[in-house]
Amino acid sequence: MCTMIVEKVKIEGSGKGVNGWFQLNQANVSYDHPFDAPYEHALNIDFVNESQGLGARVAVELSEQAARELIRTIQEVLDQAEAGGHLSGHE
Amino acid sequence: MYTTDMHEGLTAETVTMKGANGDQINAFFARPLGDGPFPAMVLAHHMPGWDQWYREATLRFALRGYITITPNLYFRAGHGTPEDVAAKVRADGGVPDASAVGDLEGGMRYIRGLPFSNGKVGIFGTCSGGRHAYLAACQVKGFDAVVDCWGGRVVMPAESLNPKTPVAPIDLTKDLPCPILGLFGNEDSSPTPAQVDQHEAELKKHGKTYEFHRYDGAGHGFFYYHAAMYRQAQAVDGWTKVWAFLEKYLA
Repeated sequence: MCTMIVEKVKIEGSGKGVNGWFQLNQANVSYDHPFDAPYEHALNIDFVNESQGLGARVAVELSEQAARELIRTIQEVLDQAEAGGHLSGHE
Repeated sequence: MYTTDMHEGLTAETVTMKGANGDQINAFFARPLGDGPFPAMVLAHHMPGWDQWYREATLRFALRGYITITPNLYFRAGHGTPEDVAAKVRADGGVPDASAVGDLEGGMRYIRGLPFSNGKVGIFGTCSGGRHAYLAACQVKGFDAVVDCWGGRVVMPAESLNPKTPVAPIDLTKDLPCPILGLFGNEDSSPTPAQVDQHEAELKKHGKTYEFHRYDGAGHGFFYYHAAMYRQAQAVDGWTKVWAFLEKYLA
């Protein structure tokens, strides 16, 4: 825990873990040591559902640049979806 | 020094020990075969958890002649793969310092109760474990040497203190009762070279016995042979420094 920079956010959706799909209810976002990515620190996101055990986790570890690009891309896609009238509800 | 005509062996297993608050936690334990008496080490695992590197490090210290115990500082977070457990702890902002220090003290007391101990117990840690090792050495009576490998957040600004980490380890330096070996990479961002300078100045100010080595071309975690941060030459030299330091103060 060398930076201790972490935020938790409640989410809805599904993730595919080692045992298949499961319902997600939380994302843990940190900028700290990754387990695998070749950086001292990375933007780590753990999509989890702790009620299903610690193994109910989908993990990504991103470089700072990749994380910023991902944020922009998600926003662009949501903007396009909104412009197309697709955000009226969960379909 | 090992020669090929020696007979050697060790035994290793998961054990249960008393940790902070009297909690029963698990630990990986290894020791050389024989009656001893042997010096001993407590290992403080790093932020990525009670993982394979630390289980292998436990064996490595034992093969070098040290009774060695590595408490699972994340025991209370639950069980799963080491990464899944460590991810949970990371999301929760780490374990409280008091919990880690209590568990490491428990490891030291476990060893001191063994009939084949020579009565000398050191403590070693890397990353958050380096910080925890330093905290334990300063706050608990009974450690005879401490090895801090790139422990981050030894220097902490007042605004970063919180109920889990209420004291900056550097502020406990006056209480350090034993010699310290510190190994650091000059390309590390936690601790930065400037923070290592601060720590060294504090040790000097209080007249402590210390030995700091700083490596060019290395950042954080340069002992981790399974990761991109591994630096072969610096790691070989660092381990040589570790063994010499422990031989000097624990044999």
